[in-house]
Amino acid sequence: MTAEAGRTIVLWCPDWPVHAVRRELGVDPAASIALIARGVVFACSEAARGQGVTRGLKLREAQLRSPGLLVHDYDAELDVRVFEPVVRRIEQIVPGVQVVRPGTLAMRARGPARYYGGERAAASALLATAAELGLVGARVGVADGPFAAEQAARAIPPSHPGDETAASAVRIVEPGGSAAFLVPLPVSLVTDPRTATLLDRLGVRTLGELAALPEADVRRRFGAAGAFAHDRASGREQTSVLARTPPPEFEVEQHFEPPLDRIDQLAFAFRVGADAFIERMRAVRLVCTGLRVEIDDERGGHSSRSWLHPRWFTPADVIDRVRWQLQGAGTADTGLASPIVRLRVIPERIESTGDHEEGLWGGGPDERVHHGLTRVQSMLGHDAVVTATVGGGRMLSDRQVLVPWGDRAPVRAGRTAAAAGGRQGDPPWPGSLPALAPASVFRERVPATLLDARGVSVAIDARGAISAPPERFAVGGGVAAGGAFPAASVGSTTSRARDGFGAAPVRAWAGPWPVVERWWDPERAKRVHRFQIVDDDGCAWLLVRDAEGWWAEARYD
Amino acid sequence: MTAPLDAPAPRAVRVDELQARIRGMQSTRLETKAVPTHPVFAGVLPGGTLREGAVVQVEGSMTLLMALLAGPSAAGGWAAVIGIPEFGVEAASRFGIALERLALVPDPGAQWLAVAAALADVMPVVAVRPATRVSPAEASRLQARLRQRGATLLVAGAWPGSDARLGLEASEWHGIERGHGHLVDREAVVNTVGRGEFVRHARSRLRLPGRSLEFATVPVAPVPLTSRPIAIGLAGEARRRVG
Repeated sequence: MTAEAGRTIVLWCPDWPVHAVRRELGVDPAASIALIARGVVFACSEAARGQGVTRGLKLREAQLRSPGLLVHDYDAELDVRVFEPVVRRIEQIVPGVQVVRPGTLAMRARGPARYYGGERAAASALLATAAELGLVGARVGVADGPFAAEQAARAIPPSHPGDETAASAVRIVEPGGSAAFLVPLPVSLVTDPRTATLLDRLGVRTLGELAALPEADVRRRFGAAGAFAHDRASGREQTSVLARTPPPEFEVEQHFEPPLDRIDQLAFAFRVGADAFIERMRAVRLVCTGLRVEIDDERGGHSSRSWLHPRWFTPADVIDRVRWQLQGAGTADTGLASPIVRLRVIPERIESTGDHEEGLWGGGPDERVHHGLTRVQSMLGHDAVVTATVGGGRMLSDRQVLVPWGDRAPVRAGRTAAAAGGRQGDPPWPGSLPALAPASVFRERVPATLLDARGVSVAIDARGAISAPPERFAVGGGVAAGGAFPAASVGSTTSRARDGFGAAPVRAWAGPWPVVERWWDPERAKRVHRFQIVDDDGCAWLLVRDAEGWWAEARYD
Repeated sequence: MTAPLDAPAPRAVRVDELQARIRGMQSTRLETKAVPTHPVFAGVLPGGTLREGAVVQVEGSMTLLMALLAGPSAAGGWAAVIGIPEFGVEAASRFGIALERLALVPDPGAQWLAVAAALADVMPVVAVRPATRVSPAEASRLQARLRQRGATLLVAGAWPGSDARLGLEASEWHGIERGHGHLVDREAVVNTVGRGEFVRHARSRLRLPGRSLEFATVPVAPVPLTSRPIAIGLAGEARRRVG
């Protein structure tokens, strides 16, 4: 392999993860941002770095150094997704691009250098395209082999946003000069951390020192990995750029001119697009089980959401998802806030049709259920049909986790622990009530009145003692709220015992049982007392007393 | 012909009896299949179980509704609950309803009837609370669909021409006193009004729920009048009470 054949150009965008988050969320570029993975800083912006935030720092430490730090979770998928358009644009000016990782591209230098008339000119063309894509501070390194070229790009000192001249953002290592260029760099760049520590203890700290060792000795001592590292350190890279094959495009994009301002119009206009979207995948025996819908409106608004499908998408399902995303909680015939100019549907999960073949005798009854539920969803919206699981929490309404049909249930952290601890894997319920759970749990707590013998509201002092035994009780101003199961319908003796307040006598009561929630957080701290009350009709209620008064949380009916 | 013999019987009862016979001859109910139902309802429901295509009104108790749902759900069927936002999921799962086969539509709004019809097509048992008044025509249309699909509709509210109406006549909680204890179990008197079947009116005493969250009949029932011959006596008793 001649030196010429190994010449490589690397385009490097510093802090790509931060950049991707900025693009996705529209954060101010000057803000200090940190991305957190497993509790430590994974990447941070220039501004944050200026305040002393570095990679590998604990989140708390990073927040201490930079109090105004914006913290986001690191999302590797987002990195790739945002980088994809960049790769596609670069591929238009330089073919045969390898994505080393999101934010770093490698390409062979020979073709571009000949086309643009020199390596420096090719680098300038790349930088111009990068600037056009809005990549701030992109740098280009040219050297023998991808590794040296990337190090060359990384060796360029960060420039100020003002002088984005081509000269300051390009570093060209002359052919054959890679070894000399790499000499001062640390040895950990080419080896895994364990070997790096070992080499460090052996006194080999830079690539130059590693390259100075005889190759045969390195191979004997460190094996093939060591020999590979030695090759890289001495600028004799055997690897070359492996250009990617652009993946088949399944996504569909549609522009609307003039912009459409009705959902049904849009659904109709997109019908052909949705058919093409599914048909193109079916032609290569793939089905889509997850997709992302992106919608841009006339005022510059952007909405993007992922949708999953319990089976696979049909064209009608795709249109349904678009409609649901647009209408939100509204119904199908509500107008849109702003006319839609662009619609884009990107497949996120593609699977082989072989994994989704129907059984010889059909998919069984569950398939029918799925169709029925989907039909109701297309009538009422995605969130209208839910399946329920029992979650963890103190208040009853927290414990009901409702998941729209087709979405994945949230992962329960306590599941494995609870399963190991017995009780049939019930999630933890701190401050739990006895085994009997109330049959009706109000979504919104209903105001209630609990009076003692003198007609004064029963109070609970700081030590959890009640002021007087409760004697009379009413919910929602005398008439029990809750639709067709009002307390009045239990039995026929309702009216006889009501007094002027519409309150019924309390037959039995128990409590208070204190529930203290998030006492460490003054904003969200909650201190309530629970009571069980049986009213004169034999209907039992679960009441809570908080700072504002009495509420009915649930009913045993 | 037989009129002179039956003269002492009130005319209304006779008319009801004749109507029942007509319905018995007309309806296809003899061919309908039983839906797996919790055994506790053997003496409560007309015919002992829920029937495919039947509409059963459940009034005044969510637990009673859950008990009716528990049987079909435990037998492996799906269940849907429409328009009942306060349906307690945790209680449902403890009473034996399989949550993985339970679909909830808490807010169907004005389209509740269409939703109920759509889900009755695919699920063996559907519970619904009517948000609006349902006209007899709409009701019989849905009932025809239920019969065709073999689904059972439980209605928490009013329904014209339901096959049976279950309600709570009295409810007594145990385990809780004035200031101590906690709710443990409940004895409830379930009042059944049937239509077209032999059980016209029955009262039975049930544990809803019992001490270990089970449903059971209370052995010493004051009015153990549930089987066929006694039911006639019950009708007589009801008459006496009216009089």
